Amino acid sequence: MAADPIHQFQITKLIDFGQVNLPLIGRTDLAFTNSHLAMTIAFLVIVIFLTVVTSNMKVVPGRTQAVGEQLFTMIDNLGDSIIGHEGKKLFPFVFTVFSFILAMNILGLMLTFTVTSQLAITASFAVMTIGLVLVIGFARNGLGFFKLFVPAGVPIVLLPVIVLIEFVSFLLRPVTLALRLFGNMLGGHVALKVFAGFVVALGTLAAGGGFGLLGIPGAGLSLAMVVALTALEFLVAFLQAFVFAVLTCIYLNDVVNLGHGH
Amino acid sequence: MDVTAAKQIGAGLATLGMIGAGIGVGNIFGNFLNGALRNPSAAAGQIGNLFVGAALAEALGILAFVLGILLKYG
Repeated sequence: MAADPIHQFQITKLIDFGQVNLPLIGRTDLAFTNSHLAMTIAFLVIVIFLTVVTSNMKVVPGRTQAVGEQLFTMIDNLGDSIIGHEGKKLFPFVFTVFSFILAMNILGLMLTFTVTSQLAITASFAVMTIGLVLVIGFARNGLGFFKLFVPAGVPIVLLPVIVLIEFVSFLLRPVTLALRLFGNMLGGHVALKVFAGFVVALGTLAAGGGFGLLGIPGAGLSLAMVVALTALEFLVAFLQAFVFAVLTCIYLNDVVNLGHGH
Repeated sequence: MDVTAAKQIGAGLATLGMIGAGIGVGNIFGNFLNGALRNPSAAAGQIGNLFVGAALAEALGILAFVLGILLKYG
């Protein structure tokens, strides 16, 4: 029957360093896995891409430079429109996260392994983002940070309930941030592999001859579905990276412009 | 009932959560088109809000999906 659609998410060790003693963590496995390899490739792709587009800079951009500027301007405008004037300082973080996630998502469609379909990776990004929100929030506002949970103009009777809801929703932010990216990439790739499995299964049925030949139209339909889904996955890959960047900006805006929405 | 059988049924039931996500995302895009056709000049500026809204609505469907996966393979 069809291959297991979950198999593609398995982490395999490419180079095994065996058991090592690490400070703080203790005894653990150390290995260079396919996840590391895919992340390294994504990293190299971004560095090479940005080096190439900025190698021959002109005031009037050529074709390659325009591609890089497009990407750059998009995130710059995003930070400007959501955070405002202070957005320029946070631009490096947002752009780094955006381009890295975008590269990993798109390379996942071309290589055999999708890094962003590992919960550990997306959770790390979410924790980094929320960690930055907390650091900036306390550094800029001190204990005034807690005003984040007290919306202005709420009747005093409702206040305890509202504060509780706001607090829980703040705690859920990193969870949804991590799960959205993880779930989208996992779900998309599972759906792709399930339809690809149908092609193989119906093809083997048709190879048997007789009534099995009825499987051919089904296999063709599944193949068309795989092509359509792959196109959709490219859109999702970009969209999820973009959504992550937008939400990062929104969460940062909450603490940067605390108390005086603009 | 057998535990594995119950797990499979539970995973199937968890997919029902996608109904809500479907309604939510459909609502957002439908209303966006509705507004965009009335005032096309304002549509371009709201694309960002559109996708954020869709992503937030979709996240709850994703939660249902993750629960289903956890039940089936966890």
